[in-house]
Amino acid sequence: MQSKREREELGREKLASIIETCRAVEQRSLDPFLIDINGNINEIKEFFPEWTTPEDLCLDAETIHHLASVIKLQGEWVKHRSTTLYMDPFLLEEKLKQMPKEEIAETFAQAWHPLIEFEQISLHSLAEAIRYWKSLLPLNERWKEAPPFKVERSFASREELVQQKILRDEAFSEELENFWQILTRSIAEKGENGKIPYWDFVGAETYEETVQRAFMTSFLITYGYATLEIHPLEEEMFIKSNEKPETKVSKKQLVSIPIAVSMEDWSKWKKGTLK
Amino acid sequence: MSKRKAIYASKLKRATHLLFYKRHRKPGVKGWELRKALGSDYPKVLKILDDYLKALDLQVKTVFEDEKTIEKPDLEQMDKARFYITLRGDLTPKETKMVGWRIDDLAGLATAISHISSKKGKATRKEVEELLRDKLPGWKVSLNIDRYIRYGYLTQDESGQLYLDWRTRAEVDQRALVDLLLKTET
Repeated sequence: MQSKREREELGREKLASIIETCRAVEQRSLDPFLIDINGNINEIKEFFPEWTTPEDLCLDAETIHHLASVIKLQGEWVKHRSTTLYMDPFLLEEKLKQMPKEEIAETFAQAWHPLIEFEQISLHSLAEAIRYWKSLLPLNERWKEAPPFKVERSFASREELVQQKILRDEAFSEELENFWQILTRSIAEKGENGKIPYWDFVGAETYEETVQRAFMTSFLITYGYATLEIHPLEEEMFIKSNEKPETKVSKKQLVSIPIAVSMEDWSKWKKGTLK
Repeated sequence: MSKRKAIYASKLKRATHLLFYKRHRKPGVKGWELRKALGSDYPKVLKILDDYLKALDLQVKTVFEDEKTIEKPDLEQMDKARFYITLRGDLTPKETKMVGWRIDDLAGLATAISHISSKKGKATRKEVEELLRDKLPGWKVSLNIDRYIRYGYLTQDESGQLYLDWRTRAEVDQRALVDLLLKTET
């Protein structure tokens, strides 16, 4: 003979197992008809007199609720199978294999309502076409060979290459060093505790300039001129300027951090609403 | 003729031109294009045109976005829908021959559409090819599927899955086709 306590334990386990199975069905991993609704209801009924605490009564109610969901799924399944929305692919394939081609085509014609579309030239478009034709130059005039372009050979100056954006007016390393100085000055002027919020440094008057600054900042960090400090919980990012470029490989695992500098974020920063 | 009638007669003509003549790469007109050309009462104009076409066994066919069947569409749903002129009834076997399709090409199309339809709108090209190979010569199967894709009945993604395309949605009553095929006595 089981004690009351053992029976309650058994009942709880039983209800938990019913809930588990119902959940599996609800998540579509099982056929809803695999669940014996009547059997489960009888079991719930059997244990019901044992429940005295609110927790057990809640467990009982939850089990009933999950069984009701399964009954709903069973209803939907029957409804779907009984409507014309359901078609058995296997049955259809068999039918198609047995039917002669002519019969398939004839059957198709009964469900086929071809589109009507016209393609016809109008007087107006003919007149347009004639006007165009009259104004069109003959091929021999349109395809005249262009005279060879004469170019005198000479050396290009550095200024000319910079003007044509082939060369930059200062070497990249030089540019990076200058940008590092800007960062150091910005931290001294606007920063706190030797660091400055990322957007306060990168953000500029125009979006293009902001992207350019973000690009340069990424090189400052990569080449060890600066360090990125991230506070994930507060969703804050700071940049610290290093006194000397740190070229030594750290013992810590190096990570790449993608930072999106979107137009939306830039607009928010401009308005002062960026978190 | 009252002024109101004259306005609708003129809108009816405009709608006929828009719907019958191909203006884009694909036939048919979007709801918003009709609204722009005919005004916000274009659904009423289409209804009058549809009634008028009944006698000619033609109809104004509405294809809603995402293949939905909508009983009472609102203006936004109508704007996003595409409208076509299609045959209202069906073609007799004799007439089918006049449409320019060979009977086995048409049977292949019916097979492909009904198979994809029964697979909830998606099937691999390989399985459709196998099904067609049962009744069509091997060399023709792939050519035919390419043709169905070119005409807009089917579409294929990069992983070789075939889906039903815009022309099937506009021209074929998929439910009726499958029902008719299942009902045939073999």
